[in-house]
Amino acid sequence: MSDLLNLDLSSAQKSLKNREISSVELTKAYLDAIEKTSSLGAYIDLQKDYALEMAKNSDKKINQGVAGPLEGIPIGVKDMFCTKGIKTTASSKILENFYPTYESTVTQNLWNDGAVMLGKLSCDEFAMGSSNETAAKGNVINPWSKTIPMSPGGSSGGSAAAVASRSALAATGTDTGGSIRQPAAFCGITGLKPTYGRCSRWGIVAFSSSLDQAGPLTRTVSDAAIMLNSMAGYDNKDSTSANLEMPDLTSYLDKSIKGKKIGIPKEYTQDGISQDIVSFYETSIQFLKDSGAEIIPVSLPHTKYALPVYYIIAPAEASSNLARYDGVRYGTRKEAESLDDMYELTRGEGFGDEVQRRIMIGTYVLSSGYYDAYYLKAQKVRRLIKEDFDNTFENVDFLLTPSTPSTAFELGQKQDPLTMYLNDIFTVPASLAGLPGISIPVGLDKAGLPVGIQLIANSFDEPNLISVAHTLEKSANFNVIAQGAAK
Amino acid sequence: MSNIKSIVDIPTVNKIARLARLQIPEKNKQNLTNDLNNILEFVAQLNEVDTSNVEPLASVTGHKLPLRNDEVTDGNIEQLVLKNAPESSSGFFVVPKVIE
Amino acid sequence: MNDTLNLKPGQVKGDTGIWEMVIGLEIHAQISSKSKLFSGASASFGSDANSSVSLVDAAMPGMLPVINKFCVEQAVKTGLALNAQINNTSVFDRKNYFYADLPQGYQISQFTKPIVGEGEIVIDLDDGNQTTIGIERLHLEQDAGKSLHDQHPTKSFIDLNRTGVALMEIVSKPDIRSPQEAGAYVKKIRSILRYIGACDGNMEEGSLRADCNVSVRKQGDAFGTRCEIKNLNSIRFIIQAIQSEAERQVDIIEAGGKIKQETRLFDTSTGETRSMRSKEDAHDYRYFPDPDLLPLEFSDSWVKEIKGTLPELPDTLKKRLVNDYGITDYDASILVEEKDFVDFYLEAANGVDGKLTANWMITELFGALKKENIMFLNSPVTPQKLGELIALISKGVISGKIAKDVFSDMMVTKKSPSEIVKEKGLEQVSDDKAIMKLIDKVISENQDKVKDYLGGKDKLLGFFVGQVMKLSQGKANPGLVNKLLKESLK
Repeated sequence: MSDLLNLDLSSAQKSLKNREISSVELTKAYLDAIEKTSSLGAYIDLQKDYALEMAKNSDKKINQGVAGPLEGIPIGVKDMFCTKGIKTTASSKILENFYPTYESTVTQNLWNDGAVMLGKLSCDEFAMGSSNETAAKGNVINPWSKTIPMSPGGSSGGSAAAVASRSALAATGTDTGGSIRQPAAFCGITGLKPTYGRCSRWGIVAFSSSLDQAGPLTRTVSDAAIMLNSMAGYDNKDSTSANLEMPDLTSYLDKSIKGKKIGIPKEYTQDGISQDIVSFYETSIQFLKDSGAEIIPVSLPHTKYALPVYYIIAPAEASSNLARYDGVRYGTRKEAESLDDMYELTRGEGFGDEVQRRIMIGTYVLSSGYYDAYYLKAQKVRRLIKEDFDNTFENVDFLLTPSTPSTAFELGQKQDPLTMYLNDIFTVPASLAGLPGISIPVGLDKAGLPVGIQLIANSFDEPNLISVAHTLEKSANFNVIAQGAAK
Repeated sequence: MSNIKSIVDIPTVNKIARLARLQIPEKNKQNLTNDLNNILEFVAQLNEVDTSNVEPLASVTGHKLPLRNDEVTDGNIEQLVLKNAPESSSGFFVVPKVIE
Repeated sequence: MNDTLNLKPGQVKGDTGIWEMVIGLEIHAQISSKSKLFSGASASFGSDANSSVSLVDAAMPGMLPVINKFCVEQAVKTGLALNAQINNTSVFDRKNYFYADLPQGYQISQFTKPIVGEGEIVIDLDDGNQTTIGIERLHLEQDAGKSLHDQHPTKSFIDLNRTGVALMEIVSKPDIRSPQEAGAYVKKIRSILRYIGACDGNMEEGSLRADCNVSVRKQGDAFGTRCEIKNLNSIRFIIQAIQSEAERQVDIIEAGGKIKQETRLFDTSTGETRSMRSKEDAHDYRYFPDPDLLPLEFSDSWVKEIKGTLPELPDTLKKRLVNDYGITDYDASILVEEKDFVDFYLEAANGVDGKLTANWMITELFGALKKENIMFLNSPVTPQKLGELIALISKGVISGKIAKDVFSDMMVTKKSPSEIVKEKGLEQVSDDKAIMKLIDKVISENQDKVKDYLGGKDKLLGFFVGQVMKLSQGKANPGLVNKLLKESLK
């Protein structure tokens, strides 16, 4: 069985195609792995029978020679993606009994290409969080935990933990301010947030509409390329969807990065980052230099304002997006005599603390008398942040930054909301500018916890991003398996 | 407790909670108020930025709003629409009575 | 209470003097599109609740809006018809509030940058004068669903069929000065909308509704505090509601009180407005640009293209009818009220007497249709046949009186006038010899009256004419009869 689990997606894809293994075998191996790693809490809804059914169908297709690019590959789906007939809760009490009658575009793309669904993965409630501690059904544990349970990061903590613990070959996540990249870094795997508009948002529970993007969490850059090939694509049901073709990303894996310019933004190294991370960052810079890239110091002067901008815009949009959870047409309802009481009770009990906090902030910054000072101001500074990137990309091809200021922390350690928000400090700027970013694991710190390094590219430049990410990945050669992984 | 600069107080929090239709238990109100104040104080640093000649960012996509042809392509799915309703009757959603 | 003598429309007489009304109207017009503004569900629906609802309309998790091109075109078209500024770039904003018929918890509308800016229209007043009313703006927004509150003691029932239907909100400037002006304004807007086909203007069914903002002031003073009367769905109610509200406000102010700015409903049974029984906290709608939609942008050339599709509008048509067809201003006003009327008239009057055609349409045709309760579009008399009738009258083939009988026949049998005249032998007799024969008969049978007439009783001529006409079964040419009689009775 461990042979099966040792196969990354790209290898499994080949083996399946060559009929060296079957999807049913592979899926069974993963179902076993899920059982073995269940204490991590990554899955909140396992779909054993359905997965095996899908695997059987995939095997049929492979035998008939009509296999799709992801035929038979078992993946996990973050519970923010609406899956038809399969409970979708956004890890919230308020949706604890919601069965969508429709499939999100991104997951439909994956099923169309033959992927097999293992189940729904836990996340922070409504994708709001950086530690997967706000899920209604409980925390997810980082498979790199030794004696003390550590956070896998968030909000796609379940997705990252599943991939890192080898209880999913790949997983879907959503990234609004770092929710794919940060947990990928904490769990020692690859996480890719594409350009805003690359993947359709139709059928994904909306958190912050101008920031949300779906993306893959995988073991390798190659796996991420394969996943994004399937996930991405124009959707006319999403007005913000980009009508642009994306070439086969796997064809960019081995392209040389000689002569490419890598920007090192000075604002991303500052007090408060762990020394280990700084070390790995410097090593990464050297790796890219050795591969023929030109290293250029750059400055993105408004970087420090990205976090405050994010914590105005995201809650504001969320406060409006979450207004539909009112107990009228779906979700849980708390009975009351008046409609307003019903709303207040339903939402007061259905939403967790972090969600309520963000709804409150969002409502406040949009409210009469405060809109200009907060929301409008934030949108203006957002433009300046984007312009910093636009200007920089006139002179460089990519930016290299740490993914996070620290490695995984203990569950329950960060009680203060604001301290928790600081986790996103390096991921939020690219989100605000709508740029693609990828986090790849480069090593373990002294405590044995994974360190992730981020690469950011210009809009819709995922192909070249894949090239440079793959180069760095090869140089870093990080091949350690998490202690808590299924073997 | 710490020196939290008070931007919002409990009466304001009550007003906001009302606008957002969230019932906050009394015992949580002070903590929530503190949390909100911390966050608001944090985001107030945006005042350091000169935005006098800056337009707000409408979207990051760079494309125009796509227009759809006027055709009926949807609807007639009452069962699906009502499927997850906590309470429905004769094709209607049912809620506690509203007095206008 | 109110001494309406010597008061102009829009004036209220109070104890302290004469008050003027200041009125602004917000008209909500449902666009006659096939599908909704942001979803592909049908915008016209039958009686089954929630049958015309998509997942987007029901605000399911993950649903997104996609805008309907036709609706955008209608907004631009309407803006052009209102002589208004078209904004090539506009933004959709979310208007956030909670209500059971608002599934998203927000309405997609336009707040800061609407698709159409300032414009104006000219309206006709009852006294024959005209006045210009300014348009503040026109924007696109979603309609809400329907709630039934009276079916059950403790529950309300929600139907989302209407949720998401495209509305154009047309906001006037506070230029309206009387309930009658308000009625004329709504009538004109409705007419324009029907002309361009953007909205069917059916107020009973709710395709067109108006909210009225009313305040009062003494002449020369600044505007007073206004109240909004919501959801008036007939011109009669609009006029009543405004009058009642203005009087209410005058009473309050003169009693020493202040007008509380609030939203009110018009109670059709009492004829008065009453406060909407919602909680005191004013709505804070927290408008912000909808992040699921990009700014709406289009080019000048597209606007020009749309302008090219505009039909001739009422004002222009009216001028043309008066100038080219020789009909009165008043008659022209009636004809241009509906595009269907004008289209009918232009076809009917083609090549025949315009004035006569207008008279017949307005007096005879409209009258007959009303009497028989037939809708104009179902008129048994077609424009072509009416034109034929007019031609027969003008040529003297039949008299005006006989024509009325022919017309009645046409209404019932749908036959052409020529056919009827032929069948019934109704041709006017204009032959001198034939008429003389009749005149001779009448004269010989009424010798005593002839003596009286010759003796000075001139009025008796009418009697003789009548007798000849009767003898001819109305077919004799009355003018000729008159002439020949006069000659014969010398």
